[in-house]
Amino acid sequence: MNPIQVLRVAIRALLRNKMRSFLTTLGVIIGVSAVIAMVAIGEGAKARVAESFASMGSNILIVLSGSTTSGGTRGGFGSMPTLTWDDLKAIRAESSAVRYAAPQLRSSASVISEDQNWGTSINGVSPEFFSIKDWPVASGSPITQSDIEGGTKVVVLGQTVVEKLYGPSADPVGQTVRIKNFPFQVIGVAAAKGQTAMGQDQDDVVFMPYSTFQAKIQGGLQKFIPGIIMVSAASSGDVERAEKQITNLLRDRHHIAISGDDDFSIRNLTEMMTAQQEGLNTITSLLASIAAVSLLVGGIGIMNIMLVSVTERTREIGIRMAVGARPRDVLAQFLVEALALSCFGGIIGVLLGIFAASWLANHLSWPVLIRADIIVIAVSFSGLVGVVFGLYPALKASRLDPIDALRFE
Amino acid sequence: MATALIEVKHIAKVYRMGDVEVHALRDVTLTISEGESVAVMGPSGSGKSTLMNILGCLDRPTSGSYHLVGEEVSTLDRNALARLRNRTLGFVFQSFNLLARTSALENVELPLLYAGLSGRERHKRAREALERVGLGDRIHHHPNQMSGGQQQRVAIARALVTHPRLMVADEPTGNLDSRTSVEIMALFQELGRSGITLLLVTHEPDIARYASRVVVMRDGLVQTDRQQTVLVADVAAAAAEAAAAGIP
Repeated sequence: MNPIQVLRVAIRALLRNKMRSFLTTLGVIIGVSAVIAMVAIGEGAKARVAESFASMGSNILIVLSGSTTSGGTRGGFGSMPTLTWDDLKAIRAESSAVRYAAPQLRSSASVISEDQNWGTSINGVSPEFFSIKDWPVASGSPITQSDIEGGTKVVVLGQTVVEKLYGPSADPVGQTVRIKNFPFQVIGVAAAKGQTAMGQDQDDVVFMPYSTFQAKIQGGLQKFIPGIIMVSAASSGDVERAEKQITNLLRDRHHIAISGDDDFSIRNLTEMMTAQQEGLNTITSLLASIAAVSLLVGGIGIMNIMLVSVTERTREIGIRMAVGARPRDVLAQFLVEALALSCFGGIIGVLLGIFAASWLANHLSWPVLIRADIIVIAVSFSGLVGVVFGLYPALKASRLDPIDALRFE
Repeated sequence: MATALIEVKHIAKVYRMGDVEVHALRDVTLTISEGESVAVMGPSGSGKSTLMNILGCLDRPTSGSYHLVGEEVSTLDRNALARLRNRTLGFVFQSFNLLARTSALENVELPLLYAGLSGRERHKRAREALERVGLGDRIHHHPNQMSGGQQQRVAIARALVTHPRLMVADEPTGNLDSRTSVEIMALFQELGRSGITLLLVTHEPDIARYASRVVVMRDGLVQTDRQQTVLVADVAAAAAEAAAAGIP
């Protein structure tokens, strides 16, 4: 018998018991659709994390200054300024893997417009900061190098601040706001950035030249940077190289002995993203393996029904053997029946899984990402389930003695 | 007559039933020539069914040799036996053994499916076989839509569709009334005239009279083996007799 004939005989046999065949295959349908939906949900969450990290800027390193120790209390990174303005210049000049480096000085203060006020984060930055964050202005003009040099009292507002002070879709460029009793001219509005991976509103922010920040908002030692240095690597492959170059450069500049601890620290956003995504991977595989268990249960259901079928059709097997079916013809017939059940279940399961995933995406606004390789794996796995669980009943059928099978009532 | 189709020498068959050994066949030697029609008779337990199973390549003897068309069968494996059943033999059973919910045509096509014929060829030959047994107008009927005689004709068509050398019939008229039995025997005799060798297992002496030779088995041995004058199955006479007895 050729494979097409075997398949036709198998499908006819399955269609004789439509309800039973459907119920048998339901286990596989549920298993496969669960695997696909679960992986789609996990992948969707991963994609969302990647997206939000991307919104924080790509290939970013954050250099923090060292910690203070006073009276046995260690203050944590950034509590003691160790990074100097010269360090920043050196990073810009000497680290080949670095594209941009910018200071970011932060403080909280109230911003007052003519009739509103809003407490927000005030940031003193240089023009490179916006390149690092890939963050253009939506209207007006950005902070320029001449603003830095002149220490001009200008600000660029984030979207949330604009909304709180002037109402939605207002354009405050040209207006004056007061921060710490100094008037600042609004020269631009930053584009909307959304939330960070940690759920922080990145648009609730005011930017000004770092020189102005130091003069008017929060003074400090002229030599040290009272904040952090943001660095972007030349490319995604250069992040680690940049980290190494900055480490070596700063250790050298701060005269730290080979065995000594760094008096600064470098945070790698890519590493943070990888860690978060690995966590999600674990959850995804956990969900998928729970779903795979139901696929296994579906396989057992197939085996059960195939065993019943072999017993019920013993006489048919005897007749087929009497007219010349070889053991392997009988084996093939029952194996293909099991395979047809499981593959049918697999295909319906894929459709149902995709449907379930897109339903979740639409109605629960849950991010989903359907992976083609998971579909292929799920369908082949269901096929494998068919072979594994169909083999024993099929072998049992093929080993029947034709005389006994013919006498079977 | 012609050459020996079946040549059996000292075959024995022993079954194990727990600790007890059952000697179904003790020592049987038999030669059947091409074109013969042989009725195997005997009481139940005489070994006639065992003999039929071995001659029909459904079973292998415990000892002895069995040549079918010159080929030693007693040592063949299950696949080779299946091939012989498919190509050389045709079976007809007492209970018809047709596949339920399957049309007459598809039932008859079944052996050809395992012979690896194309769908078109299977269809053509199955239709011819059904026409030969007089069921050309019922090829799409299912077994439950047919009378016992018609079902047995389908079974005969299935047995002869592969053009076998030997047809093995196990109590083929056991489930049929006497008039239909005569019709079936007439069909067998017609097949016999075309050269098919017939091996008929029966316990009805009336049916055995339609064979050219009667082998009587007893306790796993051949008791008598004699040639006889064939009684030609007369369908018209059987019909008249049935009418006289008031059977419609």
